[in-house]
Amino acid sequence: MTDSRTIVTRRPPSALGEFWHYFAMNKGAVVGLVVFVLLVVVALFAPWIAPYSPDQQFRDSLLTPPVWEAGGKAAFLLGTDPVGRDMLSRLIHGSRYSLFIGLVVVVLSLFSGIILGALAGYFRGWVDALIMRVMDIILAFPSLLLALVLVSILGPGLFNAMLAIAVVLQPHFARLTRAAVMAEKSREYVTSAKVAGAGHIRLMLVTILPNCVGPLIVQATLSFSNAILEAAALGFLGLGAQPPTPEWGTMLATAREFILRAPWVVTFPGLAILITVLAINLVGDGLRDALDPKLKRS
Amino acid sequence: MLRYILQKLALIVPTVIGITIAAFAFIRLLPGDPILAMAGQHGITPERYEILKEQFGFNLPIWQQYFNYVGGVLHGDFGISVATKRPVLTEFLTLFPATVELALVAMIIAVALGIPAGIFAAVKRGSWFDQITMGVALTGYSMPIFWWGLLLIIFFSGYLGWTPVSGRIALNFFLKPITGFMTIDSLLYGNWPAFVSSLRYLILPSIALATIPLAVIARQTRSAMLEVLGEEYVRTARAKGLSPRRVVGLHAFRNALIPVVTTIGLQVGTLMAGAILTETIFSWPGIGKWMIDSISKRDYVVVQSGLLLIALIVMAVNLIVDVLYAVINPRIRVQ
Repeated sequence: MTDSRTIVTRRPPSALGEFWHYFAMNKGAVVGLVVFVLLVVVALFAPWIAPYSPDQQFRDSLLTPPVWEAGGKAAFLLGTDPVGRDMLSRLIHGSRYSLFIGLVVVVLSLFSGIILGALAGYFRGWVDALIMRVMDIILAFPSLLLALVLVSILGPGLFNAMLAIAVVLQPHFARLTRAAVMAEKSREYVTSAKVAGAGHIRLMLVTILPNCVGPLIVQATLSFSNAILEAAALGFLGLGAQPPTPEWGTMLATAREFILRAPWVVTFPGLAILITVLAINLVGDGLRDALDPKLKRS
Repeated sequence: MLRYILQKLALIVPTVIGITIAAFAFIRLLPGDPILAMAGQHGITPERYEILKEQFGFNLPIWQQYFNYVGGVLHGDFGISVATKRPVLTEFLTLFPATVELALVAMIIAVALGIPAGIFAAVKRGSWFDQITMGVALTGYSMPIFWWGLLLIIFFSGYLGWTPVSGRIALNFFLKPITGFMTIDSLLYGNWPAFVSSLRYLILPSIALATIPLAVIARQTRSAMLEVLGEEYVRTARAKGLSPRRVVGLHAFRNALIPVVTTIGLQVGTLMAGAILTETIFSWPGIGKWMIDSISKRDYVVVQSGLLLIALIVMAVNLIVDVLYAVINPRIRVQ
């Protein structure tokens, strides 16, 4: 009796609850989310968590191995780099750069991509042709190569690297938004909003756009990890963040000549990049499963 | 079929024009005087300045400069390298085979491992093999390959001492290029030790370069197979009593192949971007390293034309993939 009553009175799950239900079915995604949250905490509280300042040089402890290797010191858990800076402290501070790069790039490319894609899909005609041809041209170049060339125009540095990566990643958002806007535009709810007197801007941003959010979120997650990888690659090639910035890719570049003598100065920054990118991609897979209606079973 | 190819060609014409405009604009977008920027800190003599200005035609109106540039490109004139004073196209053609050799071997590794791994993961969905394969694939997909290359060097060259650290072949071998592919050339000369040496140099960079395409192909094959295995004709084939091997190999895989081929084609751009990093790490004398070196030497004529050539090649390969796609999937041709 009581059982049947609880079933009858049970409310349908909220949108958020349903989303979480599907997301949590993917164990990897939950693990990725936990790691990502930890990284955010580390980045936010870096100055308090890190044992030393990232730039402090211990001249008596150059290239100290990690604590578990012969010659390691307990004061430097992950060892020190060629000028005696604590690896752990630099890695902790580096998380700030990576997450900041991901965030800025995604915000820049998401906004410009949504605006261009919505304009193209909504107005069609020559606006569409012009915008989408420019996107095709950007996509014709291998992304890292185009980013490299843009940085050589703008000049090396972290900010210019972020700008270049945002330009390179932006067409994906424009294409997605355009396709979604075109699919939604002929639906009845849009026509009824138009009849009710909604203007172009309102139709685009308030009526249509919220229905295109799913694929954009998934793409934003992928772009977040891509941005971190590409910024690290640019840093590694000497065109991204400049030394002594403790950005992980830049750290790898300066450590390269020591690969055979002191493997730890190479191992840890790359491992940090891999863990961060992997966590975000795991979350991305989970988001795709949860937000893609085609994959939903019910 | 011919109509389909012509249609595709017509579609990429605006993009190709756009690419030439982008490459043309590149040198003119450099901050300050482009000639002084290329000269760098060492400065430049007034005579040389005038020669370069004449060479680039910077005193002409901008539209004429563009048409001169495209006209030159159509005649195979991609400019003269500021650093080496050699024609850019000649340099490109000497270095390009090295990149193709590396990319081809990487692609063979990626396809040979990725497709079987994806099929097995799909057939044994949810098994430990599936979970481990997909975990490894996502890790590979997330890999910063410049770091991965360094790790391979640390382990295989430093710790085990199995492979050389960098280069393309041991210095005591000198082979006059026939095909430009070191492995094939050494076999053509019948020089067995040179062949072994070139393989030893080739293996680590191609593993590093194969990593991301391998991960993408394995994931794509798995999801394409899963989709196809749920189709009715697969159920029919099973109900007819065909062996599982025949069902998977003949009925399912053929249809799953279509999206996989597209994915493989799309990896060409990834390979080019990966080649930049891989060649830099392993000092592989290909066009990726050439581009990086030219950027750091401010040899912007090379960067400009390299950019154009690479984009055109990627486009050409994508066009070929589109055509192949129509060959294996007749439905595309009709649309």
